[in-house]
Amino acid sequence: MALSLPAIMKTTAARLSALYLLLFALCAMLLVFYMTSLSVRMLMTQTQETINDEVLGLAHAYQRGGLPMLVRVVEQRSHQPGANLYLIAGVNGEILTGNVQSLEPGVLETDGWTKRPFTYRRFGEGELERLRSEGTGPGQAEQENAVQDDDKRHNAIAVVLRLPNRMIMLVGRDLGEPERFRDIVRRALVLALGMMAIGGLLIWFLVGRAALRRIDNVSQASRRIMGGDLSGRLPVTGAGDEFDRLAENLNAMLARIATLNEGLKQVSDNIAHDLKTPLTRLRNRAEATLAGKHKVADYREALEATIGESDQLIKTFNAILMISRMEAGHSSESMVLVDLAATVHDVVELYEPAAEEAGVTLEASADESLSVNGNRELIGQALTNIVDNAIKYSTDSTQNPSVRVVLEKTAGEIRLTVSDNGHGIPDEADRARATERFVRLEKSRSQPGSGLGLSLAKAIMKFHNGRLDLLPGDPGLSVVMSFPERQDD
Amino acid sequence: MSSIQSGEIAYNRFMKILIIEDDRETAEYLQKAFAEAGHTVHIAGDGETGFALADAGEYDVMVVDRMMPRRDGLSVIAELRSRGNTTPALILSALGQVDDRVTGLRAGGDDYLTKPYAFSELLARVEVLDRRAGAKESETVYHVGDLELDRLSHSVRRATVEIILQPREFRLLEYLMRHAGQVVTRTMLLENVWDYHFDPQTNVIDVHVSRLRGKIEKGFDKPILHTVRGAGYMLKA
Repeated sequence: MALSLPAIMKTTAARLSALYLLLFALCAMLLVFYMTSLSVRMLMTQTQETINDEVLGLAHAYQRGGLPMLVRVVEQRSHQPGANLYLIAGVNGEILTGNVQSLEPGVLETDGWTKRPFTYRRFGEGELERLRSEGTGPGQAEQENAVQDDDKRHNAIAVVLRLPNRMIMLVGRDLGEPERFRDIVRRALVLALGMMAIGGLLIWFLVGRAALRRIDNVSQASRRIMGGDLSGRLPVTGAGDEFDRLAENLNAMLARIATLNEGLKQVSDNIAHDLKTPLTRLRNRAEATLAGKHKVADYREALEATIGESDQLIKTFNAILMISRMEAGHSSESMVLVDLAATVHDVVELYEPAAEEAGVTLEASADESLSVNGNRELIGQALTNIVDNAIKYSTDSTQNPSVRVVLEKTAGEIRLTVSDNGHGIPDEADRARATERFVRLEKSRSQPGSGLGLSLAKAIMKFHNGRLDLLPGDPGLSVVMSFPERQDD
Repeated sequence: MSSIQSGEIAYNRFMKILIIEDDRETAEYLQKAFAEAGHTVHIAGDGETGFALADAGEYDVMVVDRMMPRRDGLSVIAELRSRGNTTPALILSALGQVDDRVTGLRAGGDDYLTKPYAFSELLARVEVLDRRAGAKESETVYHVGDLELDRLSHSVRRATVEIILQPREFRLLEYLMRHAGQVVTRTMLLENVWDYHFDPQTNVIDVHVSRLRGKIEKGFDKPILHTVRGAGYMLKA
């Protein structure tokens, strides 16, 4: 996909790159500045040392042969190619000898180091050779050469000294060499940095475009999926990079959404079945009652049956709503400390007469100290549903039907187990299915109920960060509600 | 044991009920149904009107829809309460979670019923809310016919016979006697005697009631604890 420049600049990658480039340029400039100033300072020190050596040599000559010796050495040295700057001046500053031709006024008045432009005669190596081969007097050629150079003032560093006889000597060195060196270093650095910047931009352009293209691919794929094709997945290149990881995670999310969607579809199918069937029955009964000629008692009976059926529908409907609410999320708002032992006693007490009437022994043993953070109503309702089921299904026991409720603490968990000694659910797959919404295992079809009791209990346990497990009993079934142990704040 | 049809029994006194409900059809259905039970009903179609009527009129009970346009039911009740109006209020709501119920009751509601509901349930709850019948709270001894319950000594006797009850049976009878002559539904019993607010799955409450009935009716000719078909129970001499 071709992107215009403004569009590219809108991308995070471009903004980051621009920022990096700016920072990089700033650092590079600092580096160039530092490097050049450092090299200039080094060259300067070196130059000064050279001058000092020179001064030492000249001092030596002076000691050996006095002023004439010094003058000779100076003249000789100043005629060499690439010579330093030499000057010997009288007490009042009048130039006596040396290759320095003119001075700014006042230079000789202060002793010590000075750095300024000087005009001096330079004798190039090539120049001398040419003069020699042409056989011309060197003096003349020197004159011409010097004249040529006279216009130029050279930046030099020099030291001004007073000879013992109050005459003034100046020794200096042209700075053209170090300055040229500095320029070369600077040019080289600028060139290198420029190339690096261009290279960086080029690499960013290529890499960034590749990244942008992959992001566009992801966008396109997600648009397709949003369009309704939930089976679509994002492309994974197999490179194992962050794009792949992102795509893998998004794909996992899509898979989860697809599962939930599938679940939702199944639930709506189930709702359609479990609510439509009684609704149809309701409607048929009303129609049938209206059609024939009946006694008042018949009408009353039909209406009562209708009300009974409606009540059952309302219960189912409420249960469905409640499960959805529970599954939708975890709310800590209504969470308080729930005395589980008290809940166990409440529920067992509530069911004891019903159990007795059904010929089922209902027993409880509870560790009195156990409590969880939760919602008493919801936990009570979950336990009620489980106990209700257990009593219903223990009646087919071959022994004395009994239901046992045990509240105990195990490693890291608080377990509330309801076990019966009925036929249980021998098949593992059936046990797993039993907590699904509206699933009523074949054997339970004859029993009254909406098929939502265990689903609701499961949703409630999930709401409490706990689990609901169905384990095979010996005989019968054990339904285990596991709560995470309470964290004391 | 006796069984009564819910239509056959009429509450012993008639109430003036205010219904604040934005759905016209529901409101009219409720009006008709309450009228058949002998009560007078006024309807307010939105929260503002409802507030004005409740503020001005003397109603025995108001039935308030929680979610309405213009002004929601909870704010109507809360403002009435802040102005010293204590008319008992029953909140009707599509929101049925424990949190929702708590919010409703905290706003000043006296009872909370989740839609969809059975009218018999609503009628029973409204009749129990009737403030002029609520005077029994302060009585220490309840009498229904020859049945007597002493709340202080926790003793029950019928005629001259002392009846021994379990603590829960005592609370069950206490609630039934406090609302003697009124229909009490199974969910009302579960709420008030066991403090749980869900639909009992099977007939657990029925078994408790029939146990109690066995204790207070056994050996006596006259039934006193009646089953109201399609609704609940009523204690009546």
